[in-house]
Amino acid sequence: MTEPAGGTSPEKSAGDEAELAREQKATAPDLVPANDPEVATEAAAPATDHGDGPRHAAEPASPGFGRMVLDNIYSANTVTVTILAFLLSLVVGAVLIVLSNSDLAGEYGYFFSAPGTVLGDSWTAISEAYANLFKGAVFDPATISGAIDGTNSWSQAFAPISETLTYTAPLIFTGLAVALAFRGGLFNIGAQGQAIMGAICGAVVGFAVHLPYGLHLIAALLGALAGGALWAAIVGLLKARAGAHEVIVTIMLNNVALLFLGWLINQKGVHDPARSDAISKNVLKTAQLPTIPGVDHSVVRVHLGIVVGVLVAAGVAWLLTRSTIGFELRAVGANPAAARTAGMSVGRTYVLVMLLSGALGGLGGAMMVLGTTASSLTGQVTANIGFDGITVALLGRGKPWGVVASALLFGALHAGGNRMQSYSHIAIDLVIVVQAVIVIFIAAPALVKAIFRLRAARTSGTPTSLAKGW
Amino acid sequence: MATLTVYSAPSAVVPTTGFWTRARKAGATFLGLGVVAAVLFGLLAKSGGDARFTFTLTITGSHLDIPGRPGAIGFGLACAVAGALLLVFGRSGRLLVVLTSLALAFLVLSFLCWQASVGRNSNALPLGQLAQATVKAALPLIFGAIAGVLCERSGVINVAIEGQLLTGAFAGALFGSIFASTWAGLIAAALGGLFIAALLAVLAIRYLVDQVVLGVVLNLFALGLTGFVFTQLMAPHQDEYNFTKVFPTWSVPGLSDIPILGPALFQGTIFLYMAIVLVIVVHFGLFYTRWGLRTRAVGEHPTAADTVGIRVLWTRYRNVLIAGVVAGIGGAFLVLGDVGNFNANQTNGKGFIALAALIFGRWSPVGATLAALLFGFTTALAQQLDSIGSSIPHEFLSMLPYVATIVAVAGLVGRVRAPAADGQPYLKG
Repeated sequence: MTEPAGGTSPEKSAGDEAELAREQKATAPDLVPANDPEVATEAAAPATDHGDGPRHAAEPASPGFGRMVLDNIYSANTVTVTILAFLLSLVVGAVLIVLSNSDLAGEYGYFFSAPGTVLGDSWTAISEAYANLFKGAVFDPATISGAIDGTNSWSQAFAPISETLTYTAPLIFTGLAVALAFRGGLFNIGAQGQAIMGAICGAVVGFAVHLPYGLHLIAALLGALAGGALWAAIVGLLKARAGAHEVIVTIMLNNVALLFLGWLINQKGVHDPARSDAISKNVLKTAQLPTIPGVDHSVVRVHLGIVVGVLVAAGVAWLLTRSTIGFELRAVGANPAAARTAGMSVGRTYVLVMLLSGALGGLGGAMMVLGTTASSLTGQVTANIGFDGITVALLGRGKPWGVVASALLFGALHAGGNRMQSYSHIAIDLVIVVQAVIVIFIAAPALVKAIFRLRAARTSGTPTSLAKGW
Repeated sequence: MATLTVYSAPSAVVPTTGFWTRARKAGATFLGLGVVAAVLFGLLAKSGGDARFTFTLTITGSHLDIPGRPGAIGFGLACAVAGALLLVFGRSGRLLVVLTSLALAFLVLSFLCWQASVGRNSNALPLGQLAQATVKAALPLIFGAIAGVLCERSGVINVAIEGQLLTGAFAGALFGSIFASTWAGLIAAALGGLFIAALLAVLAIRYLVDQVVLGVVLNLFALGLTGFVFTQLMAPHQDEYNFTKVFPTWSVPGLSDIPILGPALFQGTIFLYMAIVLVIVVHFGLFYTRWGLRTRAVGEHPTAADTVGIRVLWTRYRNVLIAGVVAGIGGAFLVLGDVGNFNANQTNGKGFIALAALIFGRWSPVGATLAALLFGFTTALAQQLDSIGSSIPHEFLSMLPYVATIVAVAGLVGRVRAPAADGQPYLKG
């Protein structure tokens, strides 16, 4: 960026002044709404603190705790933006619910003759759908009271939360897979393919090998890990050796993995001879992830996978922040040229990143086939966990604990979406829209700031870039 | 090829370090592949069986019979010879292109001699139909890749091609059915693509969102949105909302009778002719008009472009939106030029292959079109081989386009150079 010729520099400085003026103007209105809560706290303070109020007034330099909290809420920090993005996505979802409801569409034809009825009906449709979303994901008050009265078992009361955790487990792994690659400067869209390869290897070890309890599960998990890692290593090698862009290669490998799965489950030795459809043999009991003992696992489906997921997240967090490998990985991710100058092998790091990322993706696939979701390979065994992993990683901002939290949110949305689909007849695709909209708003904090007229957070710099261009 | 080699000239030239130039590497690879093909395909081909190549759309008509085994061996050796020539000369440029194409063609012919001679259902490969299916499979990819060219030449990465194609297909089916008109469907499809493009433009240019991430999320958004409306509205009322007429097939008299290529290029729906016009217009527009020069300037060095008075952001908005219209029309082909109804996730990754074609074609309209045709060819070949009863499982045949993409991106292209400012938001001042 060179300075333009002298003739334009006055214009530039004028532009700077205009910029400055605009900034001042932009901050000024933000102060106005912030004043109200301040007044409110100041008014409330004497009532609770008994005479602390005047001292506050005497020392304007050090704002009170309440003011600081409110300031933080009003500024566009991470938490505020995340919550607002979630709310906005629910608004978009509500619009879709109304638009797709053919009864309501008919009523909107004569909106102006009875606006109250139409809006009321719309509100009913939306609130009913979202109530079912909540009941399917967290808890249903009816089953709680039922459990207290003894009309249904306690396990039914805990079923929704267990569903949420069951959907969360694979998303933690695929989310970590994508997030880890982000930190290493790679955009791994291939978690889906890696999960498929992981599911294949895990399942084959699960039904073809005979081992005692415990050992068999570990062997199957290691098989899944290796399958995903090797599949992803192709991407790392091609990137390091031939400069092939990982986005293209991973997408193609996703398709290849899916076709390979489709072929494999019909082969002798893999296909279940008792079935006529395309399905593999069942994974042996010894290789399945254990559920909570003494509870009906068809109702409370949560299994050991969620615990493993949290432990692995802790491991990834340690790896990224406390280990030499993690340092190299982040250095290459932040600036490959600088990392090379510092004596790191960028190509080797790319391969390593993809190996680790693929291992995580493979374990995600194992959660689908060794857990309670399925116990044999089918064409759809890994569902959409790899692609959901991308959104999970983006929402978690590439941080391991952020991934766990966003996987929990997406798991809840999926579990609730199932109930919403069967009780309110709202297609579960709505959940995909909600997820996409959340991530769009998360990725565009400036947009959320503009919609809600938030002030810039004190710490917010330029938005960090997760993926690199071509 | 007309590329801008102004700012980062060192990375633009192909690295020619020592003896192993790119041409030599390619030559050695083809030499090896040719020998392997001659031995392997020769052994596998049926010794007495013929491979029949017809020049028409069906398995009858004018044809050429090649004995299976000698054919496979001969074409394999021809590929090896082309590879050896590359190895000897070891120069880049026109020779590399010609010899590489020849080697590839011989390799494919060797493979076809083997496959056709052992086909379980038939020994005849209709080349005319192969060519027509190639173009048909390539059409959405061409529209998508041209949309990518328009976007990325102005400096906005377009990973959302998939979403634009999908939304185009969806809108084409929905509004084509509601208004019972293919033209209404076509316009709606263009607006559908425009909608996703508008989101891309505003979020990328105004709100500076990371463009690769944005593209992926917009694809997800399009998938969710179209899937939702499809499940809620279109699937339960197929006759009302998801049953549209398709555009008629127009043949150019005379030209469509040319053997092999005639039906492929001069017999098709309006989409075929639109694609041909589009490629020519974008090529000339990009390299020979004021608009093209400005677009490329903005994509290579926006600061410099701004200095001479080109409105950078306006240029980017305009190009991204035009690209959305193009991709939307490409999506409409899947419905209005083909099957007449929409299905959830109908594009099934075509947008991503278009993206690969864009990169393989080095961000040039003609290059991207040729790449799209290559992927179309692998798709059509897989279908053809499946129908003559190939011994290769059809899952593996279906992998062909994807594997070809990987080989193309990793092996043939090497390190490509995107427009210098591709993916970088422009902040004035």
